Amino acid sequence: MDDYYTTDRKMSTMQDTKIAASGVQVYYADNHAIKDVNVDIGDKTVTAFIGPSGCGKSTFLRCLNRMNDTIDICRVEGDIKIDGEDIYDKKVDPVQLRAKVGMVFQKPNPFPKSIYDNVAYGPKIHGLASSKADLDNIVEKALRRGAIWDEVKDRLHAPGTGLSGGQQQRLCIARAVATEPEVLLMDEPCSALDPIATAQVEELIDELRQNYAVVIVTHSMQQAARVSQKTAFFHLGNLVEYDDTDTIFTNPKDPRTESYISGRIG
Amino acid sequence: MSNLLIIGIVLILGAVGFLLGRQRALAAAGGDARNLHSLPKYYGANVGLNAIVPAFGVLIVWLLAQPLLVNANVSGMLDEGASAGARNLLMADVRRVADGLDTAVSQGALTAEGAANLGTDTDNVREILADVGVALGSEVTAQTLSAAQRYRAMSATGNIWKTIIVIAASLAGLALAFMVTKPSFRARNIVETGVLAVLIFAASIAIMTTVGIVLSLVFNTIEFFRLYAASEFFFGLRWNPSFSGRGGGSELGIIPLLWGTLYISLVALIVAVPLGLFAAIYLSEYASKGVRAFAKPLLEVLAGIPTIVYGLFALLTVGPLLVEVFGEGGFLGVSWMAGGTAVMTAGLVMGIMLIPFVSSLSDDIINAVPQSLRDGSYGLGATKSETVKQVVLPAALPGIVGAILLAASRAIGETMIVVLGAGAAARLSLNPFDAMTTVTAKIVSQLTGDSDFASPEALVAFALGITLFVITLALNVFALYIVRKYREQYD
Amino acid sequence: MTDATVTPPMRAKGKSLMADDARTQKRNAAERRFKAYGIIAILVGLSFLVFLATSILRNGIPAFTQTVVQVEFTLTQEEFDAAEGTLLKTSAYTDVFVSKLTEQVSAQGLDVEVDGKAVERLLGKVGGDLREFYKENPDQIGQPAQFQLAAASRVERYLQGKLTRDMVVDGRFLEKTDLDIVDALVDAGIITSAFDWNFITGTDTGVDNPGGAGIGASVIGSFFMMLVVLFLSLPIGVAASIYLEEFAPKNRFTDLIEVNISNLAAVPSIVFGILGLAVFIQFAHLPQSAPLVGGLVLTLMTLPTIVISTRASLKAVPPSIRDAALGVGASKMQSVFHHVLPLAMPGILTGTIIGLAQALGETAPLLLIGMVGFVAREYPDGLASGLLDPNSAMPAQIYTWAARSDEAFFEKAWGGIIVLLLFLMTMNIIAIILRRRFERRW
Ligand SMILES: Nc1ncnc2c1ncn2[C@@H]1O[C@H](COP(=O)(O)OP(=O)(O)OP(=O)(O)O)[C@@H](O)[C@H]1O
Ligand SMILES: [Mg+2]
Repeated sequence: MDDYYTTDRKMSTMQDTKIAASGVQVYYADNHAIKDVNVDIGDKTVTAFIGPSGCGKSTFLRCLNRMNDTIDICRVEGDIKIDGEDIYDKKVDPVQLRAKVGMVFQKPNPFPKSIYDNVAYGPKIHGLASSKADLDNIVEKALRRGAIWDEVKDRLHAPGTGLSGGQQQRLCIARAVATEPEVLLMDEPCSALDPIATAQVEELIDELRQNYAVVIVTHSMQQAARVSQKTAFFHLGNLVEYDDTDTIFTNPKDPRTESYISGRIG
Repeated sequence: MSNLLIIGIVLILGAVGFLLGRQRALAAAGGDARNLHSLPKYYGANVGLNAIVPAFGVLIVWLLAQPLLVNANVSGMLDEGASAGARNLLMADVRRVADGLDTAVSQGALTAEGAANLGTDTDNVREILADVGVALGSEVTAQTLSAAQRYRAMSATGNIWKTIIVIAASLAGLALAFMVTKPSFRARNIVETGVLAVLIFAASIAIMTTVGIVLSLVFNTIEFFRLYAASEFFFGLRWNPSFSGRGGGSELGIIPLLWGTLYISLVALIVAVPLGLFAAIYLSEYASKGVRAFAKPLLEVLAGIPTIVYGLFALLTVGPLLVEVFGEGGFLGVSWMAGGTAVMTAGLVMGIMLIPFVSSLSDDIINAVPQSLRDGSYGLGATKSETVKQVVLPAALPGIVGAILLAASRAIGETMIVVLGAGAAARLSLNPFDAMTTVTAKIVSQLTGDSDFASPEALVAFALGITLFVITLALNVFALYIVRKYREQYD
Repeated sequence: MTDATVTPPMRAKGKSLMADDARTQKRNAAERRFKAYGIIAILVGLSFLVFLATSILRNGIPAFTQTVVQVEFTLTQEEFDAAEGTLLKTSAYTDVFVSKLTEQVSAQGLDVEVDGKAVERLLGKVGGDLREFYKENPDQIGQPAQFQLAAASRVERYLQGKLTRDMVVDGRFLEKTDLDIVDALVDAGIITSAFDWNFITGTDTGVDNPGGAGIGASVIGSFFMMLVVLFLSLPIGVAASIYLEEFAPKNRFTDLIEVNISNLAAVPSIVFGILGLAVFIQFAHLPQSAPLVGGLVLTLMTLPTIVISTRASLKAVPPSIRDAALGVGASKMQSVFHHVLPLAMPGILTGTIIGLAQALGETAPLLLIGMVGFVAREYPDGLASGLLDPNSAMPAQIYTWAARSDEAFFEKAWGGIIVLLLFLMTMNIIAIILRRRFERRW
C-alpha cells in the first residue's frame, strides 16, 4: 500500500472544525439513505468521502449545502452546523448558504452561455463586483485558479459547452470558486476526466486547500490518498470509519474498510 | 344504376368469390387443409379481393374521367368565342339545367323522352323546372338546353357502360383468381401483398390531400390572376369588393387583410405568451405535484373548447364588455371603441385560446432542460427565479421560440373567432379598438352564399387561401425545425 | 498557477448565516415576485375558464326553458257548437279562451283586462290551436283539459329582465298594457316556465321565429358527419399508421408521407374547407350542405391526429411481442394483425375519440361547403337522405344563430353551445375511461 503515498501532504495539526454534523439521517421517501452519521470536517483541509456505489456519499455531500432541498421526496434529520450555525435552521436561507458552500458536480454542467458568463454568473447574482472591470478581474482570477485561464483567455466569449470534458470541469470549478465560497464540495469531480486533466484538478484542489475547506467524493482510492488529509468511509448509509487519510489507508480499524480498500467489497 | 348499387354488387361478388375460392382450395386438397400451402381462408380472400379491388379501381377512374370527358365534349358545343370564365359560367348553367331535368324526370313531371325532346320554342323550361323545385336564375337559351340534353345523354350512356365494365371487371377478376386456385398456390403471400398495397394506399392519402389542397388553390388562383392583376392583389392597399354585378370595380388588395391578421395575432400573442410562459414556468419549476395535477388539465381544457365557442364568447360577452370599458360613455370615459367587434376583442379571446397551447409546449421544452444545469445554478447559490431566468430560459429559448411561432401560425389561421369577433371592414388602422378583418374571415365571406366560382370576387378567396397556406406552412416548418434542433441538443 | 494561491477571499469570512443580508432580502423579494407572477398567470388562465363557463351557462340555460301559459278548462258541447257556428271560427275560440282565462285570473282575486288581441300578441294564434285540438279530439269536449301554450319570445325576454318596459314601443308585437297582463298571470301562477323539449328535438326555424328554433336536426347532421369521419378515418388512419410504423422502409417516399402528415396537422382548418369546396363540390359535384361532404372534409382534417396517436400506440407495443409471433412462424402481416393491433387497440380508440371530438366542434370548413345560412327545417329520413340531403351541423347551426340579427337567437346559440360541449365532454370522458381501463405498462 505504499504506492498510495505519492505526496507528503500530511496533516500536522487538526485545523478548526468548519462543519460539524451529528446524528444525520436522510430518507428518500421510505428509503433510509443515510443512517445516523456524525462527522467533523476541518477548515483548510481536504476531506475525502469514499465507499461503494450507492452508499450515500453524494447524498451526504448534498446535505452540506442543502441541495437536497430541490428533491421533493428527500427528508433530512439531525444537526449540521457550519461555523457553529445550524444550516437547517428556519432562519437560514439556503441561497446564502450555497454561496458559502459551493459545489462541483460529477458531470461537468456548464451553462449554455459564454465561458465568461459562466464564471461571472455567481459573482453577478451575489453582487460581488462593483463594476465591469471588477467583474473582469474576478473572472480572470477564478479562471486562473481553475487552471484553465491560458486555454480560454482568447475565447472568453465562446460558449462554455464547446469546451472539452476536462476543460468543462475545470470551468465548473472556476465557476464555483468565483463566488468566493468558504467550503467547496466536489462530487467525483474527476470521473469524466483523463489522467492529465485529473492531475491538474488534483493540483488545483491542493491549492484550494489554502483558502477553503474542501470535501471531495471519489471512487479512486489513489486519488483520496493523494489529495486528502482526512478520509471518511461510507457503507450502506453508515459512516463506518473516519480518520486521518494515512490511518485509513495503512491501519484501518474496521474490517469493512479494510476489505474495501483492498478491493474485496465495492 | 347508382354507384351505391354498383358497389353493393361488387361487394356481393367479392363475398361469393371468397366462398368459392375457399371451397375450391379445400376440394382440391381433398378436404384436408394441411395439403394446402396457405390456410383456406387465404384462397378465399384472394378470389374475393380479385373480384373487388380491380373493379373498384375501374370505378374510381371512371368516376373521375367521365365528368371531364363529358364536360369537354359539351362545352365544345357552346359559344366558340366566349372567354374561359364565361364558358365556365355557361357550363354551370348547363349542369344546373341537366340536374333539373333529372329531378323532373325522377319526380314524374317529365317523361325521359319528354326531357330529351324539350325545346325552348315549345316549352317553358324554366317554369317546368321551377315546378319541381329547381330555381334557375334566368331563362334557358336554346343553346343551353341542347347542351344540357347532350350532357344528360352522354352521362346516361356513360353510366350504362360504367355499370357493364365495372361488373365485368369484377367477374373477370373473380374467374381468373378462381382458376389459379390450387393447393400449391401461394395464396397467403399474394393476399398479404394485396393488403400491403392497401396499407400503402392509405398512407399516401396524406400526400393526395396535400396535392389536392395545392392543386385546388393553385388552379383557382391562376384563374383569379387572369382576371385581376397579381401586383394589385399583393400590393393593393384597399379591399373593397363590389357585389353589384359580375366583376368590375372591385379593389382586392390583400394588404389591409394581412394587416388585420397580423395585428390580431400580435394582440393574441401579447396575451398568450406571458401568461402561457409564466404558467408553464410555475407548473414545471414551482408547483407541487397536487397543484400540477389539478391546474395543468384545467388549463388544457381551454385548448379543447371549439373555436365557435370562443367566437360567440368574443361577439356576445367580451366585445360588449370592452365597449363598456373603452367605448363612448364607458367606464374609462374614453371613446376609443365604437362597436363590440374589434382587433382587441378577437385578439384577447384568441389569446385566451392560445394560453394552453403556449404553456403545454413550453412546459415540455422547459422539462427537457437537464436537471444538472439547475443543480449547477443552485449549487452556486442562485435562487429559483434567477436559475429560471438566467439558466433555464436561455437554455430553452430556441424551443420556446419554436412554440411561439407555432402559436403564431395557429393565430394566423384561426377563423371562427375573427369571423365573429373582429368585424367585417378591412381597414389599415393602428387603433386596436377598431374593427378590422383578416384573411381567413374574408375567405369565408367571399365563398359563402352564392357559389359562382367565375367572378374575381369569389376567386380571390383562393388567392387568399394560398397566401394563408404558404405563411402558416412556412411558420410551421421553421418552428418544427427549431424545436427538433433543440430537442436533439439535449437527447 | 502561482498567482492563484495568494489571493485572499474578498468577502468577509464568517458572516452569519442566520441573518439575511440586504442583498439576499432583495433577491428573495424578487423570488417571491417571480413566483407570484406564475401564480397570477395560472389564476388568470383559470379565471378565464371560469368566466367562459359562467357566461355560457348564464346565457345558455334559459334556452332550455320556455315560458308557458298553463290553463285548464272545460269546453262544453254548446260552446263548441257555437264557435263552429260562427263565421270567424278561430277568433271565436280565442274569445272562449279569453273568457276562461279571465275567469281563472279573477278567481285568484286579480283584476286585469284581457282581450283577444292581447292574447294573440302574448301567445300567438291561440284560437287556431284550440280549434285544431278539439276537432282532432272531439271526445275531449266536455272534459277538463290542460293546455300549455308557449309564450312569445318577447314575453320570455321581459320575464328574464332583458326587455324592460321602456324598451317596448307599442305596436304589432307587444304593447305596454300587455305587460300588466303578464305580471298578473305570473302572480296567478298561470305563466310558468317548463323544460323546452322543442329546443332539443326541434329543427331550425326561419329568421322570424326564434322561440321555436331547436337544435335537433343539426345534432343529426353532426351525427351523420361523425359517422362518415369514423368509418373513413379509423380504417384509413389505422392502415396508414400500420404501414408507416411496421412496414415502411426508410426511403424518400415514406419521408414524404411523414412530412405531409406533420404539416397537414398544422394546416388551418379553413384551408380544408377550400379543399372540400374545390374538390368535392366544384370538381366532383357532390351536393352542397350535405353531411357526406362535411364528413369527407373533416376526415381529411382528422386523419393526421389519428395517425399520430395510432402510431404512438403501435410504438408502445414492445418488440418482444412481434418477435414472439414471428418466432412461431407467423408472417409479419399476421404478427401485426393478430398480436400488435389488438394490443394497441385501446390506445387507437382513445385517439380516435379525441379526433372525433375535435372534428365535432370544427366550424370553419363547414362554412365553405354550405352548411351555414341554410335553414335545416327537416329531419332526414334514412341513411341516404341523412348523408346527402342538405343539413346543418351543431357548430354550423350555432354560427347561423349567432349571425342572425334578432337577439333572441343568441340565447339559442348559447344553448347550442351547451349541447355541443356536453357531447364533447362525454366523448372526452369516454376516452379518459378507456385510457384508464386499458392502460398497460409493459
Ligand atoms: N433523487 C433520489 N431519489 C431517490 N433515491 C435516491 C435519490 N438519490 C439517491 N437516492 C438513493 O439514495 C442512496 C444513496 O445514493 P447516493 O447517490 O448518495 O450514492 P453514492 O454513494 O453517491 O453512489 P455513487 O458512488 O454511485 O455516486 C441510493 O440507494 C440511491 O438509490
Ligand atoms: Mg454519487
